[in-house]
Amino acid sequence: MNFDDSPEEAAFRIRLREWLEDNNPKLPASSTDDDYWAGQRAWHQSLYDGGFFGTTWPKEIGGQGLPSVFDVMVDEELATAGAPPRPSLGYLVEGILEHGSVEAQRRFLPGIVNGRERWCQGFSEPDAGSDLAALRTRAELHGDEYILTGHKIWTSYSDDADWCLVLARTDSEVAKHKGISAFAVPMHQPEIEQRTLPMINGITKEFGEVLFDGARVAAANMIGEPGEGWSLAMTVVSHEREPQQLGYAGRYKKLVKDLVEQVRTEPSRYGAEQIRDLGWAIVEADMLRLHVCRRLSERLDGVTHGPEGSIDKLLMTSTEQTVGNAALSVGGISPADDDTWLKVYLYGRAQSVMGGTSQIQRNLVAERILLLPAS
Amino acid sequence: MDVRLSAVQQALRESVSIVVDRLGPRAVRQLDDLERREKLEAAIVASGWRELRSSEAEGAPLASGVESAIVAEELGRGLADAPFLGPTLAAELRRLVDAPASTAAETVVLAPSLSELAVAADGVVADGVVAIDARGADSGLVLTPRGDGFVVVAVALASLEVGVDLTRPCAVVDSASAAVEVGHQSRLLSNGDVARWTALGLALTCADLVGIMRGAIELSSGYASSRRQFSRPIGSFQAVQHLLADALVLMEGSRSVARHAAWAVDALAPEEALGAAAGAKAYCARAARSVCETSIQVHGGVGNTWECLAHVHLRRALLSNEILGGVGLNLGRVLTHHGIGGSNEFR
Repeated sequence: MNFDDSPEEAAFRIRLREWLEDNNPKLPASSTDDDYWAGQRAWHQSLYDGGFFGTTWPKEIGGQGLPSVFDVMVDEELATAGAPPRPSLGYLVEGILEHGSVEAQRRFLPGIVNGRERWCQGFSEPDAGSDLAALRTRAELHGDEYILTGHKIWTSYSDDADWCLVLARTDSEVAKHKGISAFAVPMHQPEIEQRTLPMINGITKEFGEVLFDGARVAAANMIGEPGEGWSLAMTVVSHEREPQQLGYAGRYKKLVKDLVEQVRTEPSRYGAEQIRDLGWAIVEADMLRLHVCRRLSERLDGVTHGPEGSIDKLLMTSTEQTVGNAALSVGGISPADDDTWLKVYLYGRAQSVMGGTSQIQRNLVAERILLLPAS
Repeated sequence: MDVRLSAVQQALRESVSIVVDRLGPRAVRQLDDLERREKLEAAIVASGWRELRSSEAEGAPLASGVESAIVAEELGRGLADAPFLGPTLAAELRRLVDAPASTAAETVVLAPSLSELAVAADGVVADGVVAIDARGADSGLVLTPRGDGFVVVAVALASLEVGVDLTRPCAVVDSASAAVEVGHQSRLLSNGDVARWTALGLALTCADLVGIMRGAIELSSGYASSRRQFSRPIGSFQAVQHLLADALVLMEGSRSVARHAAWAVDALAPEEALGAAAGAKAYCARAARSVCETSIQVHGGVGNTWECLAHVHLRRALLSNEILGGVGLNLGRVLTHHGIGGSNEFR
């Protein structure tokens, strides 16, 4: 057991540190500011071109085929340098890698990985949230094209997206889980309308909804076989639950570092309760980082993700909301205060909903890991 | 970075697990089964686990903090009622001052708050000091200031007092006995040594707590699957499922921090090792109390009776929580490590 860097890891870390000295765009936090979202495309491309994004994916799709632990180092160093976190889209890559044909992988994955093509995920609908299999968006085959009609919601990054990975019903005669297929749909067409959804902290560029009114997608853009959409969706959301896919351990580390610096600069302004809240944020952010180290080391044995992703999601949620609590506690709500920390707190409420609510995660932990009787 | 257990470490875990599953208490009434307890004691003596922190060549311990933590975790899971923490911490003190290993059963004596090692000024310890994990021990180690460090002294122990933890009784110190310097100490204990020793103690209590949590979750999940109400197992109700799911999540987070703390004992500088251990302890202590309380709740009325093992888990956790500081003291240590405040207001 060794938490230290191997010589290769140490060399990678030094290269990254040197690169960051000249290439840190110093964007504001993703959770507080539209300027982050406006700058994310350029940041993703720059990080990729520097050799520090997608390092653990296969070379054929633009990765470097390095072990998963390299992502942990990237997260740590970005946080230490005060750089923006790693863009969160690994779950889409994993879904297409596992379910897409070789042609689909070659066509779509390099663009996702190198950041030249932007993607969003069209899964949830107004009447299909936790019960995702109840989705009603339809895809009907006309010649060599499918015609899409439906309404997707909570669609992160949709305003900047070139492509959307859409789940749609292609067969309404079979059981609800079995009639769903997945498509790579080009967003730039008149039959698609994107609307932004302002979040509770005022951010407008992350969240959105997408309306399909006779949008077209080539039949060749189906990812996986007809009816394989549910299985693909489960692959995607299970990866979306993993903090290492999202780079969030680094995001929390940076927020905590900024909070610690603020308190350390003028400690007399803060009372025991505020300091205690900050203490928990330090402890939980560290916990999540160490938990990710443990999970990624398990991968070296060839252990792939399973229902344990739900445990990781619940730990990530606890960390996000503990950091959010410290942000609220230290930052305060006075109109005289800068509202950055208030926005961090408010943004954190989404973590127990997105990627499957905490209640759904607990159901999965209880039934698939603790093996309690089905409810 | 590769934080998997090695094949040897996995084998160690397996052998501790076999011993404790065979000879540990499986029911509250078995805590009074002397024959069983003596067999467990004999198996642990034969295993050499208590000597893992004794000196090998050039003062290094026979095994790292990780191996000791593996033993502590499995013993905690099985509620082992034979000493491990006390003798291990005593062996570590002797190692740090280059003293020969003890020939008799020995433990350590903590201040009345349990938050630090007791200090004997002028050869006398204060009233109320506590020898932890003291079953079978004749003496306990404390510190005496000398020069710019400490020497290790031994005091005789009086009667055992069961206290909160039914598996690891404490002992009071014989007030008539003088503190006697442990022989052949070739160096003083520095503040850095005390920090490293404290880091080991915290890492081992974290491991014990992770083990206790695993035991409590196993017990209560089993109960929830078999106990029926409304013609269904209570474990099929989401209200109960979510309690147990939260318990498992807390245990897994604890396991990740405890493992790092155990590695840090020998791999990092003393202050860094102590910082890592303090964060881990704050997390594990809060988690263990919650998990053990959940186990009692899931057991319903049964969980509130003496004969249910659920309170044995909770009681053991309450003691491990306080040894070398619980949530408040260790949050304070974490904050101090990050340059914020003194630790006192969180005691």
